[in-house]
Amino acid sequence: MSKRFDINRTKDKLFRYFGVACTIFGLVMLAIFLISVLIEGLPRIDWGFFTSLPSRKPENAGILIPLLGTTWIMVLTSLIAIPFGVASGIYLEEYGKKNRLATIIEINITNLAGVPSIIYGLLALEVFVRLFGLGKSLLAGSLTLALLILPIIIVATREAIRAVPKTIREASYALGATKWQTTWHQVLPASSGGIVTGVILAISRAIGETAPLIVIGAMLYTTTIPTSPMDDFAILPIQIFNWLSRPQHGFIINATAAIIVLLAITFILNGIAIYLRNRWQKKVKW
Amino acid sequence: MVKEMATDKLNAKNINVFYGQAHVIKDVSMSMEANSVTAFIGPSGCGKSTFLRCINRMNDYIDGFRMTGKMLIDGQDIYKKKVEVEALRKDVGMVFQKPNPFPKSIYENVIYGLRIQGINNKSVLDETVERSLRQAAIWDEVKDDLNKSALSLSGGQQQRICIARTLAVEPSIILMDEPASALDPISTAKIEELIHELKSKYTIIIVTHNMQQAGRVSDKVAFFYIGELIEYSETKELFINPKEELTQNYITGRFG
Ligand SMILES: Nc1ncnc2c1ncn2[C@@H]1O[C@H](COP(=O)(O)OP(=O)(O)OP(=O)(O)O)[C@@H](O)[C@H]1O
Ligand SMILES: [Mg+2]
Repeated sequence: MSKRFDINRTKDKLFRYFGVACTIFGLVMLAIFLISVLIEGLPRIDWGFFTSLPSRKPENAGILIPLLGTTWIMVLTSLIAIPFGVASGIYLEEYGKKNRLATIIEINITNLAGVPSIIYGLLALEVFVRLFGLGKSLLAGSLTLALLILPIIIVATREAIRAVPKTIREASYALGATKWQTTWHQVLPASSGGIVTGVILAISRAIGETAPLIVIGAMLYTTTIPTSPMDDFAILPIQIFNWLSRPQHGFIINATAAIIVLLAITFILNGIAIYLRNRWQKKVKW
Repeated sequence: MVKEMATDKLNAKNINVFYGQAHVIKDVSMSMEANSVTAFIGPSGCGKSTFLRCINRMNDYIDGFRMTGKMLIDGQDIYKKKVEVEALRKDVGMVFQKPNPFPKSIYENVIYGLRIQGINNKSVLDETVERSLRQAAIWDEVKDDLNKSALSLSGGQQQRICIARTLAVEPSIILMDEPASALDPISTAKIEELIHELKSKYTIIIVTHNMQQAGRVSDKVAFFYIGELIEYSETKELFINPKEELTQNYITGRFG
């Protein structure tokens, strides 16, 4: 009896050490990566790095155009994906009948979230770039990424909405509210924290995406500042990719600096998402 | 018969309810007079809530719900196509078992029903808040912090806020599904007292598992058993002199 107990305790201990070791390994790798990137790239970052056009000389090259491109993409993608994604989520959760069709749609949305992003690029190349004649524009790129993150936003919206207790909806209906009034006045405010969190995480995923935009023809090199959704564009990840493939060491350093900028944007977005989630969890306790 | 129907506030005729295949209300007919309190009693799962929720059509959203028969309020069939279900629910208010205030201020909770009707006149809203909270016997406790979140109140206070919220839209019928079952004895007593006072203005139907409570607050009692209305009569009559053996067994606690 006590022997068996000892064995179990040993197993328990071993597993704990194993788990701690795995965690430390992951953290150390991440730290090494971050530190080496920071050491190499941070000194390169100055005001000029943000405001300079591309150049043949690494010291003169900057990220102005890809940074603007990424910003444009972020804004346009949000404008397209958020209304559609949130509206679909609301429809599926609050209005749609729970029948076979709903189950099929649900499975498909989940599957869509797992489709490799390059497939979205191929679809977009055919539909947006060629069929709709949008060309290699910011709009085509944003539509592509919007499509890519739509399933994520839909799923996040549905989950946030589902967490709103049924009793709140019933209270609203019982006072004579319509379905839409109940959704607007009760369900959405109560789930907005979760929805916003999901949306931000989806967008931070979108700005890191490279493959689908390469497929539809984002620029490796351009000197025109994007001013309208129909313009050509470059984006940060592709700029990084471009610089990394150059032989001169100066460009490698530029790439590292651009990585820091991209990481910073992603960290900030994730930080906002975490902040909102915490605030939401604290505020709403049923 | 015709004359009697004219004075009935509510008249249920041969109501049958199905959830999918399950037949949960079996041919129930009953009528209620205006300004009366009716208590629904019966073992768990016998269909009290289901029947109650037929009266304000709260079951409409449940998948698989089906009802036959006629539910008349003031002589009007509330399941007719042309009936606006939102208007019906303004006239037939409901208080739930678990207090369910909105995560908003006390003030906003009370006037929610007016807001969704598009009423935004400040003086109307202020008056409604005071009147409703007074009627719900909670005005003195909360009058100084109407902007506090309703969720910060105690369970008993929350339930009275929910009652005030229901009264604010001036219904003529109030349905209460075990309104005091989640409350302590003092809060329960307050709610019962409240029911007494509201009776002069409203027709009240209350579901309860508490026989003493049914005895204290109601004029008539309906005893349900596995979907059937077994006995429906004056409260005293039903408790002192039940006609059915099932009723007798239930009220004496022989099953439950
Ligand atoms: N949404 C639903 N879908 C399917 N069946 C349901 C649903 N709601 C209730 N039922 C069933 O209908 C029957 C009556 O339920 P109801 O809630 O009306 O009982 P009740 O008398 O209010 O019970 P309690 O005293 O426990 O509240 C039960 O057998 C229950 O399982
Ligand atoms: Mg019930």
